[in-house]
Amino acid sequence: MLRYVTLRLGYCVLVIIGVSLLVFVITHLVGNPVDIMLPLQATEEERAQLEHQLGLDRPLLVQLKEFMSGLVRLDFGLSWWQKEPALAIVLERMPATFQLVLWSFLVAGVIAIPLGIIAAYHPGSTLDRILTAAALTGICVPTFWVGLMLVTVFAVRLGWFYTSGYGTVRHMVLPVLALSIVPMGRIAQIMRFSMLDQLNKQYITTARAKGLDEKTVIFKHALKNAAPAVITTIGVDLGRMLAGISSPVEHVFAWPGFGSLILDTIQHQDFPLLQACVFVVAIIVTMINLLTDLSYGLFDPRIKY
Amino acid sequence: MMQRASAKSTGAYAPASAKNRAAESLRRLWKDKVTLVSLLFVLLVIFSALAAPVISPHDPTKGSITNRLKPPFWVEGGDPRFILGTDQQGRDVLSRIIWGGRVSLTVGFVCVAISGAFGTLLGLISGYFGKWVDTLIMRIVDIQSSFPGLLVALTFVMVLGPGMWNLIAALTFNGWMVHARMARSQVLSMRETTMVEAARAIGCPTSRTLFGHIFPNIISPLITTYVLEIARIIGAEATMSFLGYGIQPPQSSWGLMIGEGRVYIAQAWWLVTFPGVAIALTILCLNLVGNWVRTELDPLHRTRH
Repeated sequence: MLRYVTLRLGYCVLVIIGVSLLVFVITHLVGNPVDIMLPLQATEEERAQLEHQLGLDRPLLVQLKEFMSGLVRLDFGLSWWQKEPALAIVLERMPATFQLVLWSFLVAGVIAIPLGIIAAYHPGSTLDRILTAAALTGICVPTFWVGLMLVTVFAVRLGWFYTSGYGTVRHMVLPVLALSIVPMGRIAQIMRFSMLDQLNKQYITTARAKGLDEKTVIFKHALKNAAPAVITTIGVDLGRMLAGISSPVEHVFAWPGFGSLILDTIQHQDFPLLQACVFVVAIIVTMINLLTDLSYGLFDPRIKY
Repeated sequence: MMQRASAKSTGAYAPASAKNRAAESLRRLWKDKVTLVSLLFVLLVIFSALAAPVISPHDPTKGSITNRLKPPFWVEGGDPRFILGTDQQGRDVLSRIIWGGRVSLTVGFVCVAISGAFGTLLGLISGYFGKWVDTLIMRIVDIQSSFPGLLVALTFVMVLGPGMWNLIAALTFNGWMVHARMARSQVLSMRETTMVEAARAIGCPTSRTLFGHIFPNIISPLITTYVLEIARIIGAEATMSFLGYGIQPPQSSWGLMIGEGRVYIAQAWWLVTFPGVAIALTILCLNLVGNWVRTELDPLHRTRH
């Protein structure tokens, strides 16, 4: 177990460094930020001055060395836009996104898991077809558009909730709903699929044949074996959602979270802040993946690390 | 979704002539109304994208202020000349949707053509050669796909500047991994077959074994991935354009229309609603068509459900 976790943690570090390097390469080699930051009619002098100010006129290897040593010390430098330590800005924005994403997944799970089980229990029924179609639709519809439609109906027309902002429950309902649509569809699909898979297995027939009541068969036997697949999906999606996929919805509702920070970063072409964002994203994604893998052991005693 | 009409009449394993098989396919398609409708819708979108200059009722980029913010024709105050209403600059919404479809499809097809070719090639190499080549390629795939695509696309655009071709570059860079994984897994199952062994034994050069013998036999599962990827890319394009980092005005794109119409959400619901319906339906129908392609090309899959 310890050996496995150590190995995996080592791999996580590798991924985090790899991804940070990738972004370093993209930002430093593919284009020159000075071209975009200055107006077209800027003189050579102005360009050189800005390059010097940002430290971009130094040899690439020097910049890379400085970046790597900063990465080790978790120091990404000052944000060009806010003139504050970049990592601190990112961490400050995380709680709002955690709040939004965790509620969305709670809503999604509470609705989708029972529906997925019901659909798997009556495969091919009208209810199953409707639920399957609804789940696919939920995955296909763009989240930002769902957000705007919710705003049109529930905020503009009916005035039940606020169109945007942060603070009260009335601010939260619509963004949480909008963000929960995709995970809801995904969870329902996976739940149905893996439950159906289990229900067709022989141990279920055995359990029924020996006279166990249906409740025990479904919840104690089938569900417990169907759970790992669902948990993987939830884990991976949760990680990605925390890691910036929430930005369009945060943008629609002016939610002061990590997602909208990423958009601000891009808008201000703030390299240090972008590196800090990417670093945090990489940590979240790798850690969630690790936790997901470890959670299998809880459901399946055969799995030993 | 997978609830096909019974497979008993199809004789999925009986050797059938190509003509018979096509007829069977069509008969199955005719029975499956949902898939039929989605296929027709996808064809409609492709047709209207190709024929945009001919069928578009108005110029998508020119409007007149006197016609601004007209609702759809069936709503009070609507103008029958503008079926889906007009936007803040008096441009016809329907015409902009038709031209926007052209952009979405172009981005989708070009991205998948490039990333599909590149990813498939790397997947073939990875699966065929195995060993360290496989490890190297698959590690890159793992690292890159653990990372949220939206953030990578935004980083690209931040460096390159917004615009259609830069967006295509960003989405292509981000889309090859799934094809590599798919191709690799297919090659792995083909590599040990007698057919490949025979090809090697008679001294076929590696490239001929790969492209002449393996590739034609694994193309069908790959096609499904291509179709589903086009759907995903169209969604990504819409999101990026909505955020202002994709297609730039005065060009028209569904995501951009939603982004521009968002400001007028209180007065003009149609500006946000119709382009969103277009995105959602296109992605949904492409997914259904993708599923259909999978079941049609893989007889085993057809009988399994």
